[in-house]
Amino acid sequence: MRTALAFENLTLGYDSQAAVNNLEADIAEGSLTAVVGPNGAGKSTLLRGVVGALSPLEGRVAFGTLSRDDIAYLPQQSEIDWTFPLSVIDLVAMGLWHEIGPFGQLEGDRLARVEAALAAMGLTGFENRPIGSLSGGQMQRTLFARLLLQDASLILLDEPFTSVDASTIAVLLDLIQRWHEEGLTVLTVLHDHETVRTHFPKTLMLARELVAHGPTEQVLTAENQSRALEMCEACDGPPHVCGRSVA
Amino acid sequence: MWDIVFQPFVEFGFMRRALLGCVAISVGATPVGVFLMLRRMSLTGDALACAILPGAAIGYLIAGFSLGAMTIGGVIAGMAVALLAGLVTRITVLREDASLAAFYLISLALGVLIVSTRGSNVDLMHVLFGTVLALDDSALILLCSITSLSLLTLAVFFRPLVLECADPHFLRSVSNLSAITHFTFLALVVLNLVAGFHGLGTLMSVGIMILPAAAARFWASGIGGLVFVAILSAILASISGLLLSYHFNLPSGPAIILVAGIIYGISIIFGPVGGLALRFIPRRQLET
Repeated sequence: MRTALAFENLTLGYDSQAAVNNLEADIAEGSLTAVVGPNGAGKSTLLRGVVGALSPLEGRVAFGTLSRDDIAYLPQQSEIDWTFPLSVIDLVAMGLWHEIGPFGQLEGDRLARVEAALAAMGLTGFENRPIGSLSGGQMQRTLFARLLLQDASLILLDEPFTSVDASTIAVLLDLIQRWHEEGLTVLTVLHDHETVRTHFPKTLMLARELVAHGPTEQVLTAENQSRALEMCEACDGPPHVCGRSVA
Repeated sequence: MWDIVFQPFVEFGFMRRALLGCVAISVGATPVGVFLMLRRMSLTGDALACAILPGAAIGYLIAGFSLGAMTIGGVIAGMAVALLAGLVTRITVLREDASLAAFYLISLALGVLIVSTRGSNVDLMHVLFGTVLALDDSALILLCSITSLSLLTLAVFFRPLVLECADPHFLRSVSNLSAITHFTFLALVVLNLVAGFHGLGTLMSVGIMILPAAAARFWASGIGGLVFVAILSAILASISGLLLSYHFNLPSGPAIILVAGIIYGISIIFGPVGGLALRFIPRRQLET
């Protein structure tokens, strides 16, 4: 199995305060991995490090054959301005940025693909709605439709099911499953261990340092979880470093 | 009607020049103002307007009331404050609003100091409140050039700029244009403020940028609509303001901005997109 992504002694943090410490792990190509851990364990920070929004304080993230265009990243919802006067189709179409860039036209085949992505997420008929009028679930479907268009081979999702209704979660899980079957590498930060157990074959448990990484049933044990909690509490510094925005 | 509305423009060349200058400023500055508002940076415009002052003042010191010197000085000072504030935000703990506030206050104090130690009070008033009734040919050419450049740049950067406003993280994850877009936009703000400063003065120029944009928010919900309504209301404010200043012998800069303010007030009350009056009109609830 080839490696899509390797964390090599990776240390990430803000203001030289580490939120992820000396992480060593290989993410296999085509794997479907959940990233779990207590609050402040550095889960979101890890994804930011992968997309390059944060430079490593130490070590590095090694990509196999991937370039930036092959990576799609969905951060937590709060980072988008939903009051901005933009229609659903405009936001979704930006998933084609690699093809159209700042000037490319959106017509013909491209428009058809945008429509298909909207349809796949059950958003047909919402094309011209302002993004501000969507419900939490519809917002997340919109962002997933954009992800679909990005045609990436590595997909990073940060808490994709927070404040999303059950039926939307089902749709999104289906899509993630389909990505997995198509051979894409998916790395998802999640809180709900039940979802992880039923849908994610691999789990990486983080408590600023690596707690465990491997098949979900071997990682998500009560022993590992209490160890992770202890490790996070034992850490120096403020507990919620991950939640801080990057200036 | 003819006498009140058209006569002043027909009879006096300076009124026609003032009108052309104000329309140029309206068309160039208000789209920039719409984006400032949408990025929740309305006060940044204010800060940058004050930041321009010392540059213009130094230009004035060196060359007197010279269009070129004051323009170049203003642009340099405005850009310097925008860049310094951005730099301080990126490398220290201070957030952008605070660092910008710090720099523009220093800049404003410096500007007022320079103008008042070396010039007369009349000069200070000119710099602060503009000389729209005394625009010469070169000033008009400058205003129109800045407006054209500004519209062209907005057209080129439109897509990245919208993304930079709505979802900056996404833009950063798919392209390298984020920083360029941000600073190009700030440069546009500075340029348009310098243009506005020749007509309306440093303190008033930001008014024609922000007030029509804020008013437009109550009439339109798409970006195109916002820009259209904003430009229209800025031009309306310019014409009415100039007429008011002519008939009642008022300073023209503040008159124009006050009319823009009145349009804003009317918009808050009667605007169809979230205006206050809507709340008091009983609407029948749709029952399903």
